[in-house]
Amino acid sequence: MDLSIIASATINGLLLGGVYTLVASGLTLIYGVLHIINFAHGSMLMLAMFGVFYLLTKLGIDPYLSIFIMVPAMFAFGYLLYKGLIGRFAGGKDENILLITLGLAILIENLALMFFKGDTRTISVPYSDTMISLGTTLVPLPKLISFGAALGLCALLGLLITRTDTGKAIRAVAKERVGARLVGIDVDRVFAISYGIGLATLGAAACLLMPIFYVSPTTGHVFIMVAFTVVVLGGMGSFLGAVVGGLIVGLTESFGGLFLGESLGQIGIPVIFILILLFRPQGLFGAKQ
Amino acid sequence: MLRVQGLTKIFGGLRAVDNANVEVPEGRIVALIGPNGAGKTTLFACIAGFHQANAGQVTLMGKDITGLPVHEIARLGMVRTFQITQPFAKLSVHENIAVGAYQKYPDRRHAWEHARQVAEQVGMSSLLEQPASDLTVAGRKRLELARTLATGPKLLLLDEVMAGLNPSEIVDIIEVIQKIRASGVTVLLIEHVMQAVMSLSEHIYVLSYGKIIAEGAPREVVNNPAVIEAYLGRGAAEQAHPTDAASAETSHA
Amino acid sequence: MNALSRGQSWLLHGGLLLVALVFPLVFPSSFMVNFGVLALFYAFIGQSWNIAGGFAGQLSFGHVVFFGAGAYASTILQMQYGLNAWWGLPASAVAGAVVGWVIGVLSFRAGLKGSYFALITLAFAETMRILANSVEITGGGMGMLIPAKPSVDNLQFAERIGFYYLILALTVASIAIAVWLKHSRFGAQLAAIRENEDSARALGINIFAEKVKVMMLSGAMAGLGGCFFAQYFLYIDPSIVFGVDKSVEMLLVSMIGGAGTVYGPLVGAVLLAGIGDVTRTLFDAQGLSLVLYGTLLVVIIAFLPNGLIDLFKRLWFWRNPTTAAAKVKATKAGVESKEGA
Repeated sequence: MDLSIIASATINGLLLGGVYTLVASGLTLIYGVLHIINFAHGSMLMLAMFGVFYLLTKLGIDPYLSIFIMVPAMFAFGYLLYKGLIGRFAGGKDENILLITLGLAILIENLALMFFKGDTRTISVPYSDTMISLGTTLVPLPKLISFGAALGLCALLGLLITRTDTGKAIRAVAKERVGARLVGIDVDRVFAISYGIGLATLGAAACLLMPIFYVSPTTGHVFIMVAFTVVVLGGMGSFLGAVVGGLIVGLTESFGGLFLGESLGQIGIPVIFILILLFRPQGLFGAKQ
Repeated sequence: MLRVQGLTKIFGGLRAVDNANVEVPEGRIVALIGPNGAGKTTLFACIAGFHQANAGQVTLMGKDITGLPVHEIARLGMVRTFQITQPFAKLSVHENIAVGAYQKYPDRRHAWEHARQVAEQVGMSSLLEQPASDLTVAGRKRLELARTLATGPKLLLLDEVMAGLNPSEIVDIIEVIQKIRASGVTVLLIEHVMQAVMSLSEHIYVLSYGKIIAEGAPREVVNNPAVIEAYLGRGAAEQAHPTDAASAETSHA
Repeated sequence: MNALSRGQSWLLHGGLLLVALVFPLVFPSSFMVNFGVLALFYAFIGQSWNIAGGFAGQLSFGHVVFFGAGAYASTILQMQYGLNAWWGLPASAVAGAVVGWVIGVLSFRAGLKGSYFALITLAFAETMRILANSVEITGGGMGMLIPAKPSVDNLQFAERIGFYYLILALTVASIAIAVWLKHSRFGAQLAAIRENEDSARALGINIFAEKVKVMMLSGAMAGLGGCFFAQYFLYIDPSIVFGVDKSVEMLLVSMIGGAGTVYGPLVGAVLLAGIGDVTRTLFDAQGLSLVLYGTLLVVIIAFLPNGLIDLFKRLWFWRNPTTAAAKVKATKAGVESKEGA
């Protein structure tokens, strides 16, 4: 096996993994704070990606600049969705909230199917075809930008969580709900904010994915499995886990494709998911339940 | 019937149960008492198979059951109730008891009839159709008792079955337990309600900080200075019975 | 806990069966018979989900894995090994049961339950989909085509009505199994496991063994559904028979109709097939039916978690105040006599 092919696969895996990390960090935040498995995560990413698509094709806004629109928009959407629907069931049985987010996912996906029809959409920007060479590998510029931006945004999120007062409140609630309430934290508001942030990361991820991927109403399926695998691999609620998990999953996908071919190569992801749940359900960095 | 030898359970740094020895002869009612946090429920859980003990052995009717899974121990004839009742919420009282009855009678008609009889035995005949979630605390305790009774056990482990009951309900349950024993079932119970302990049990074990600190007939145990100290604190025994306490102190050291 | 007396129950079973038997004779148009086939088909596979999810409380999000196993088992035997199509029926049931056993043993040994179990079944389904997409024996992504040779010998029917009665037979069997569960020791144990595993264990129930058994039963049924699907549509491919859509549909019809009830999946299925047909003919909008269905799921979980059957039960009590009042009186008396004692 040619070393340059391995290098190429590694680089591509890492680059994609960076974006997976961003997608997964929202999911793990929502789980860590609200103990909700947000099954609608994938379809909401799809929705955001359509948003980016139309922002470019109808308003001519560059996808990377759309971040400034998509992030606040998705945050607001998440906040309102929590207040309006999810918040009512956050306290109930685990399975109920899973079913509700499933219902949401079905709703969103099929609304998209109705309005956008089933075709796949891609976008192209002036620099779509610019190639940068990293050693022996040629990488499309957007992929590099997306990777950098993803890591940057993860770092930003990390700072938000550790340095700001809101972040401290979030961590407090994640660790000890009742105690947080007792020291005067508005737990319900923290929940809403956390859910909002969770969706905001999807808004950002959508901007980073559109230049290097495609979108169709069923894209949600692809990403939900990836996101779950990253979160479970890294450990539910662990931010570091999302980063490491994302990179590992990206590499797995890349090498899977390399050694097993385009079709069978995808099998790495659900298999990792299964193995983790069976043998190490707390993941790499999660708390042992 | 039941013999527990040297049972020890450690959680992290805490010895929840420390070298406990308990013996429950057949057909007797034996009580396990002690202040809160003494390790009584942990001991129960180890005996019934819910926790793996770190050391020690549990023998049921001569058979070593240490480490066996919970359901196997239950099938061998030792069943337990839970301190915080765990009814099958969406099922009716009759259906709840029937789940227990099915362990004894695999076919529906017998199991259903047996469940009805057990309900009568426990005083729940009029509540058969009610969903378990609608019951009062007393009702749930009774249901828990009925359910375990329906399995046809040889040894019943009752975990604070009196907790949350008012005095008249306590009198009722005491009667029920006595009837149960009269029908040939051995009983080991954890209890805080002294009235029940004194009127029911023939032998008492006292647990404090995981260790068995006293055992004997009810009268003896209740006057035992070490027991009084365990509940009321150091020096309480001396205040209550000055001379007894002094001699107990020297025998302790 | 039953709203109906024994006699009334049998009247209901008999009545529904009669309606189902004469339905295609009263409405012989191709459209209506197809509607009937689809409604019964969803009722059947929905019931398979219901047995594991509703009765035993093991929600799966990847139930299609059993369905696809059955569909491919039956089709492969027919197309690659030349066996008569009727062998597909037992083969698909066995395939479904085996997959049920594997997934059950692996998942329950690891102590997975609730949401984790739901998600791992999804992962298993995905894995099978990718495998089916990549190996030759399944025809890979191209899928498998069954040549149309309508004859009972080939488990195909020249007249659609033949398929109708076949799926009706399967559905009746599934309902019989559900009724059996309601009145059997096995069913009682599953209900206990669903409600409270620790209590069930403490009463002597081997929850691991029972859960595996129910996955095998449920898997076998879903597998049979796969065989039927293959014979009716004569084409299968990984995205259809291992794809998320069928998992969702199986779950939806049961949850909306009423998980854990005998007729829940049938109610849900009739609704799904009905909404599907209506939206398709009136609006020609792809996906509208599922939009409505997804909304319905959210509404049901929020306000009527026991499904539509629960709604019917409440209406029944409302319309029969004597029965209702009598029951309330009896329970009240029971509580009072206990309080006063």
